[in-house]
Amino acid sequence: MRRDYLVHGALLAALLVAHFLLPAYHHGVMARVMVLACFAIGYNVLFGYTGLLSLGHALFFAAGMYGAGMPMHLWGTGPGAAFAMGVLAATLVALVVGALALRTAGVAFMIVTLMFAQAGYLALLLASRWTGGDQGIVIAQAQRQLWSIDLSAEGPRYLAALVLFGVCLIASLALMRSRRGRVLIAIRENEERARLLGYDTFAMKLMAVTLSGTFAGVAGAGYGILFGYVGASFATVQYSIYPLLWVLLGGAGTILGPFLGTLFMYYLVDTASDLTSAYLLVVGVVLILLTLFAPGGIGGELRRRLWRAMP
Amino acid sequence: MEFGPHLMLAVLEGALQAAVLALMASGLSLVFGVMRVVNVAHGEFYMLGAVGAWGVTSFLGISPILGFAAALVVAPVLVGLLAAAVDVTVLKRLSYDPERTIVATIGLLYVLQQATLMTYGADARPVAEPFSARIALPWVEWKDGLQLFWPWGLYTTGYRLFVIAAAVAVLVGLGLVMKHTRLGLMMRATQADGEIAAAFGIPVERVYAMVFGLGAGLAALAGVLIVPITQAHYLMGGDALLMSFIVVIIGGLGSLGGTLVAAVLIGLSEGVISVFFSPTLAKILATLLVAFVLIFRPQGLFGKAAR
Amino acid sequence: MTAILSTRGLGRSFAGLRAVNAVDFDLSPGEIRALIGPNGAGKTTFVSMLIGRIAPSEGRIFFDGAEVTALPAHRRVRLGMAYTFQITSVFGRLSLRENVALAARRRLRRGVDAAVEEALARVGLAERAGEVAGDLSYGHQRLLEIAMGLAQAPRLLILDEPTQGLADSEIAAFKALIREISATTAILLIEHNMSVVMELADRVTVLNFGEVLAEGTPAEVQASPAVQAAYLGTEAAG
Repeated sequence: MRRDYLVHGALLAALLVAHFLLPAYHHGVMARVMVLACFAIGYNVLFGYTGLLSLGHALFFAAGMYGAGMPMHLWGTGPGAAFAMGVLAATLVALVVGALALRTAGVAFMIVTLMFAQAGYLALLLASRWTGGDQGIVIAQAQRQLWSIDLSAEGPRYLAALVLFGVCLIASLALMRSRRGRVLIAIRENEERARLLGYDTFAMKLMAVTLSGTFAGVAGAGYGILFGYVGASFATVQYSIYPLLWVLLGGAGTILGPFLGTLFMYYLVDTASDLTSAYLLVVGVVLILLTLFAPGGIGGELRRRLWRAMP
Repeated sequence: MEFGPHLMLAVLEGALQAAVLALMASGLSLVFGVMRVVNVAHGEFYMLGAVGAWGVTSFLGISPILGFAAALVVAPVLVGLLAAAVDVTVLKRLSYDPERTIVATIGLLYVLQQATLMTYGADARPVAEPFSARIALPWVEWKDGLQLFWPWGLYTTGYRLFVIAAAVAVLVGLGLVMKHTRLGLMMRATQADGEIAAAFGIPVERVYAMVFGLGAGLAALAGVLIVPITQAHYLMGGDALLMSFIVVIIGGLGSLGGTLVAAVLIGLSEGVISVFFSPTLAKILATLLVAFVLIFRPQGLFGKAAR
Repeated sequence: MTAILSTRGLGRSFAGLRAVNAVDFDLSPGEIRALIGPNGAGKTTFVSMLIGRIAPSEGRIFFDGAEVTALPAHRRVRLGMAYTFQITSVFGRLSLRENVALAARRRLRRGVDAAVEEALARVGLAERAGEVAGDLSYGHQRLLEIAMGLAQAPRLLILDEPTQGLADSEIAAFKALIREISATTAILLIEHNMSVVMELADRVTVLNFGEVLAEGTPAEVQASPAVQAAYLGTEAAG
């Protein structure tokens, strides 16, 4: 029990040390990776632990992002309140989408979530008067001040990202160690059995979708505020595929997996985009190789070889 | 132009959409019906067909009609072979697990799309229409008795009519193959129950490779047919995939007949709707329609009630 | 004595075929009841309606004096019903301990570990608590299912062919276990093994073509000409 928290605490401590050591470029990359890893953590709650494969998580990420960015842009809301509004928006969207999509299962669930997300993306384009459409919204530096800390400056931005990531990481660890978390795993393994042990599996799955959306909303709102841009490109199918890819690569159903997957994939795409404009080729190749040869991802391999009880 | 002729143009445009959509969607539906595989890379096969048509015609550099005829054969066959190879090297190794094959075909989508970007580039390139006859269309109106006249701008091209006719011919042919040939029988048997089909000596693995190749070939054929009208571009697969998803789901997953009815309805209504409404709004409504059909009527709008 | 479980006019059709028809059924607290009948008699359909896996086409179900016909399965389980599957349905990739803990945790806030150890000990799997359930033999998976049933501390335990695939020695242990449990729990047992039925059951209900053909003590049922005819008619081997 203690050991789990120690290992994850050590990762957070290492990331704090890295704040003082990393060269500027990698410092900036790591801040992005940490925020995006929150998105992956949320995806993992649903896919890795509950066994539900969504192709529409970009909708929740974008709900967090626009839920925070639009009040800042339109009404001059401060970043703290805007962040809360973004997270709330994502949670509500996830609750509604979950309540509808969970009436289906398997392939139909994947397509329904994909369609809702696509409708959301198109709606952002349609409402361009408020959302900025294709152009998106740039949030002015002057607005990104919290308690007179400049969140657009590199140091505070890194630390804010670390706080978000730390909260999400520990929250997901606590969730999966809790009674409810155990039931989610049971649903992944055998839903009918879980139901006949007296668990309301629909309600539990709805909780998983909603929480997963909350994590995605934290990431979306955080990303918009810290990096100052809110754009429709974050609502495209690609941003539904990314968390799936990160989690598959890092290891579905492991607490550390989402972070590892996000980190590796970010650098892989970053390197590839220096070489060619067709850098998304990497995404395709990694997806195919993972499904063929390593369905457990990095975390799965670690668990198999080194640490069987890895959470 | 007045409202009536305008509508007639929209219907013609819709019929063209419906024909291409029906070809593409029947490929997707066939693959899902027989193999239970949702092929997310289907739109890329369509794109490859279009790009392949550009490749063949510009490589041969002969008269438009001969070059296009060659493309009509070569591009779908090559794409079909490519797809069959993907089936054998990737999908078969995943034991056709529904969720893992979706992830793998998402990967395939990126690979095909980005490989095209690297080789063919980001430009949209045209293919000349093989024949460019313009056919003016008459309109009737009541003015001191029934009168036939020829409004300016109301015309279609011979090529558009050819596309519609070709799609109908191919689909009729597909129906006949499914119904009356040994190959069709094997496909239907595999669709009903793969294990039993295997027990009866049907080479299920080869049927799967053929079906996946055939499905991709149909998409590629649709791509070849559309390219003289819309040009070939490496990102053209996305919208086409979405539209065929809509058609296949509304028609009832895996049912060819339902797919055709849905293609005609949606192709026609899209042509008509996009003349009068914002295309973005039309797409939002279409995607939501798919979601709600899956949630509340999973057998499709035209399918029979649940088993 | 008031029944803990009753059905009135319970029936279910599949595509026009009547799988279960107008069944009136009463089970007393503390009773061990066996449900027997030829293959396809509707036994599994009947118990599936009791637990809520299948909705009845008509009729009503009462548990502990309250109507439960419209309740979803998980609500019935919370009222004190438990069900073990005919085809073993344990959580194959989780440990035995976690399998049973999932069953116990729903009702217990604390003392889960103790309840888990006790349930596993009662079926004789205590030493293997840390193993992965999927690695167990088929017979042991059935015992694990029963341990999961026990950990729920139900007032009614429905067992669908629990002895299928068990060795003779395991069946003997199973009989002893069921007798012990029946002190606190009513038990409904679908069973093919007649020696188990004869030794364990207080009463036997025979289903044939979805209807109650006979009901009584094991001896009465065994002597019934109608029952013999039904079995001889459909399963020559008896």
